[in-house]
Amino acid sequence: MTKAVEWTNTAFLEEVERRSGAPVGACLQCHKCSTGCPIAPEMDLLSSQVMRMVQLGLDEETLASKAIWLCASCEACTTRCPMEIDIAGVMDTLRMLAVERKAAAPDERVRTFNDSFLKSVRRHGRVFELGMMTAYKLRTRDFFSDVDKVPAMLAKRKLSFLPHHSSAAAKEVREAFKRADEEEKKR
Amino acid sequence: MKYAFFPGCSLESTAWDFDKSTRAMCQALDIELTDIPDWTCCGSTPAHSSNASLATALPAMNLQKAREMGLEVMAACASCYARLRTANHKVKTDEQERERVKTITGAAYAGETPVRHVLDVLVNEYTVERVRSRISKPLSGLRVASYYGCLLSRPPEVVAFDNPEHPTCMDELIDAAGGEPVDWPYKTECCGASLSLSNANIVGRLSHRLLAMAVEAGADCIAVACPLCQMNLDMRQADANAHGKLPPTPALYITQLLGLALGLKPDDLGLNALTINANAVLKKISSGERRSAQAGAAR
Ligand code: SF4
Ligand code: SF4
Repeated sequence: MTKAVEWTNTAFLEEVERRSGAPVGACLQCHKCSTGCPIAPEMDLLSSQVMRMVQLGLDEETLASKAIWLCASCEACTTRCPMEIDIAGVMDTLRMLAVERKAAAPDERVRTFNDSFLKSVRRHGRVFELGMMTAYKLRTRDFFSDVDKVPAMLAKRKLSFLPHHSSAAAKEVREAFKRADEEEKKR
Repeated sequence: MKYAFFPGCSLESTAWDFDKSTRAMCQALDIELTDIPDWTCCGSTPAHSSNASLATALPAMNLQKAREMGLEVMAACASCYARLRTANHKVKTDEQERERVKTITGAAYAGETPVRHVLDVLVNEYTVERVRSRISKPLSGLRVASYYGCLLSRPPEVVAFDNPEHPTCMDELIDAAGGEPVDWPYKTECCGASLSLSNANIVGRLSHRLLAMAVEAGADCIAVACPLCQMNLDMRQADANAHGKLPPTPALYITQLLGLALGLKPDDLGLNALTINANAVLKKISSGERRSAQAGAAR
């Protein structure tokens, strides 16, 4: 079913352009970005459709899409766009706006992965893989995928039981996180 | 030649073999590496997806430390490399970002520390010819598909030491090491990168595509320069096989392959960390050696 869109909301386009620094309004719908996107088969919206929806001010629909979370930041689109739009950067901005505006996420896994990763860095200054993976699995309740790989990873010393960190550097990183959170609020 | 080395989190855990082989290879080539003292995480994809200020500040903190050392930075992990370069690009082109970094880290930083990738150093500083002159155990007969992935060559405004659509640095190095670079079309296709943990099914599909193409091109192994690419092609080869059975294809770090050609032992290069073992690669190299020895004796 097609839905008629009333083209009146330019605030969303302006905000996305300001935050990402990318001229989304210049997108001419050539679809070159979507053609080369490795994740296109799994995405509910193609990257070019995301650009069009931002132009049209469809904020809720865009921010609730799966596509913005599945984008793997491979930068193929950004490299190829004839209008020099940093599409991968726009995807970053949309993910941040989705969190800020508490948009319903169709799939929490990527967001939870990002959170678990950053919590680990905030705490230790570096990623503590085993701790991060455990936190991720507890939060997503996805206990079974990849458990088969853990023993081999431990045997091959790819995971360690203890975080590697220096407490001085970890403290610097914690301070930086605090101030970065404050800076983000001003955007 | 001397660099401040930024190992990054992967190189001290899941990619310790990349760490070990990079250090061993550099030592064999007389490239001196000193770790950035008390280095911290670059933030990787989760930071640039979640907090733009943090995504610049975390790399900048490390580049400030390297500035004290008065050395250029060398990174091996393609993702760390891209994050460090992006931070430099941001502070150089955006004054507000520079101010934010100062507020967050407590010190000014305007992008003074140049960041190089180990491949950039090898090809553009050390030179391919000099690498060639140091080879003692050529990778004779070994057909290698060089896989660059996304972040070594994209976006060109930020990284730019090779062609973004058709990079050749690894192929040149494989050739210098006596191997045969295979021509294949997926050099810069994405493996799914950090979706590895959250969306293993997508990564399995993408890895399968890459592996199938490498096999079709007749490659004995794949050369990589990124811990995520390596994990997705090696440890997740079992997941890739769910999309169609493929012959086991080892995915080695380029530093491991060059290390072998420089005469280093498999143990010095962490080859035992591979999921798909490198026995077929080692066998092929030593049979190539025997063949050339016999040819030498016959002459
Ligand atoms: S490549 Fe650029 S101009 Fe073309 S559809 Fe994508 S964003 Fe729009
Ligand atoms: S950066 Fe994201 S949207 Fe762009 S091509 Fe890669 S996966 Fe697709």
